[in-house]
Amino acid sequence: MSARQKFILSGLLPALLLVLVFTYYPFFKGVAMAFQNYKLFNLKQVYFVGLQNFADAFKDPQFLAALKNSVYWVFCSLLLQFLLGFMLALVLNKRFWGRGVYQGFIFYPWALSGFLIGLIWKWLFNSQIGVINDLLLRLGLIHNRIGFLSDPKWAMASVITANVWYGIAFFTIMLLAALQSIPSELYEAASIDGANGYRKLFYVTIPYIMPTIIATTLLRVIWIFNDPTLIYGMTNGGPAGATHILSSFMLNKIIYDGDYGAASAVGVIMIVILFLYTLFYLMVTKSEKVGDF
Amino acid sequence: MRRRYGYRIMKVAFLSFYVLVMVFPLYWIVITSLKPQKEIFSLPVRYWPEHLTLQNYVNIFKVSKFGVYIANSLLVSVTSALIVMVIAICSAYVLARFRFRGHRQIMLGFFVTQMLPGFISLAPLYMMMSSMHLLNQRISLILMYTVILIPFSTIMLRGFFQRIPSNLEEAAMIDGCSQLSALLRVIIPIMLPGISSMFIFAFVQNWNELFLAVMFIDNEALKTLPVAMNSFVLKFNVDWGAMSAGTVLSVLPTIVLFALAQKFIVEGLTQGAVKG
Repeated sequence: MSARQKFILSGLLPALLLVLVFTYYPFFKGVAMAFQNYKLFNLKQVYFVGLQNFADAFKDPQFLAALKNSVYWVFCSLLLQFLLGFMLALVLNKRFWGRGVYQGFIFYPWALSGFLIGLIWKWLFNSQIGVINDLLLRLGLIHNRIGFLSDPKWAMASVITANVWYGIAFFTIMLLAALQSIPSELYEAASIDGANGYRKLFYVTIPYIMPTIIATTLLRVIWIFNDPTLIYGMTNGGPAGATHILSSFMLNKIIYDGDYGAASAVGVIMIVILFLYTLFYLMVTKSEKVGDF
Repeated sequence: MRRRYGYRIMKVAFLSFYVLVMVFPLYWIVITSLKPQKEIFSLPVRYWPEHLTLQNYVNIFKVSKFGVYIANSLLVSVTSALIVMVIAICSAYVLARFRFRGHRQIMLGFFVTQMLPGFISLAPLYMMMSSMHLLNQRISLILMYTVILIPFSTIMLRGFFQRIPSNLEEAAMIDGCSQLSALLRVIIPIMLPGISSMFIFAFVQNWNELFLAVMFIDNEALKTLPVAMNSFVLKFNVDWGAMSAGTVLSVLPTIVLFALAQKFIVEGLTQGAVKG
């Protein structure tokens, strides 16, 4: 083995070994569990059951509700996070006094976990003594306190609100970085051609940052879809399953029911959905190059 | 001229409203934590407490081992972030500087880990830790936090390495350095801002991690802050004074760190997406 090969191997070995053993191995083991009867409280009886766990899932109204909620959760969160994040990035793209400090104030939710964000918003949305009810009452927008998290009608909208609040910063940061990479000559040329602000936005800005828009929305959908922490902290799927999404539903099956087979089946269904989504998305956007490798 | 003036007013109004919306939840949790129990539960809601008190903070240290949780969180988060840093520097450097068979597959393998629904591995990991007798041991968390962060840290640091021209080490190697000492003496000092942002990012992720810790640890003396907060929710569900104080103590360190390193973290996180 040459010195070069030795150097490459020893540099990569720890990372590769750890990721293979503790990320990929348990992942495939989890996929296998989806086809097994695997319950934590009955480990003596682990055996393959074919597609039984999947059949059970699709018969379970809680699962179907979580599936529907997931679509709603991803779509609304993404749309609002993106639009607000993009607007903010456009405004922040111009220098103004105090911009650095301002950025600090709007980016800080990134340092918080979804779980704690969920707890904070649970308190804000409290139906008796919560501050959001109080503010809405004072502004005269409502006349009676709303059970934001206890009323199934409102619960989903409430967790989505918190999630939008949490995620805007991601788009702002990413899109702002992209905006700052646009050469100013492009705008100068557009001005000479007589383009106004609107036209510049649609004919220069958006086409130029399209790769970033595609990459960030793709990644974001995957993360929003996969991450149950905010919902866990805020409602843990309640009231009566009204805010369960697939990932929080699956998490509960692991932590509280110990039904690893059923949970893994939900996980595999999630992977299939993500895979189909990614394929579809890349086909529609015709983008082969997302990320940098 | 008038249109521009109107636009500016709208912009200032938008920015002010937005910052208010972003800061208010944090303000509210801090204010709640400083209110006496009675005031939290009485109407009308007070936007500035009548009496400021640290009673809620005193309480959580009295009724629980909050100091121990903080120490555990610090120990686990720092140790794992340090280990990730060393491992990721090695793998990122190799992936940035050498082309070899399998290069592309390895990068892809790292990228894919970022997209998998991680919870499908939760149950198998629990079984693995159980058979390795690592349940209720801090090492299980340090190990898993390290593993989880390796792919992202590698991708991030690789981006930083690629920006440093390789003739810097080549010059050092002509002067008689080995590749390893060129990396240690020439490249890493230049990369320090990037490396520290990776370290802080890793620390924050570890500090915040909840579910692995809930699965692996149920010994009071070993609990990390998120696990403790999770049992708080069950124990003190309606005691919002204690809950707020715990939340404030949990978020404070990460917010301070993030504020300090904001510029570098943002740079590190955005470069991949923007280049693509």
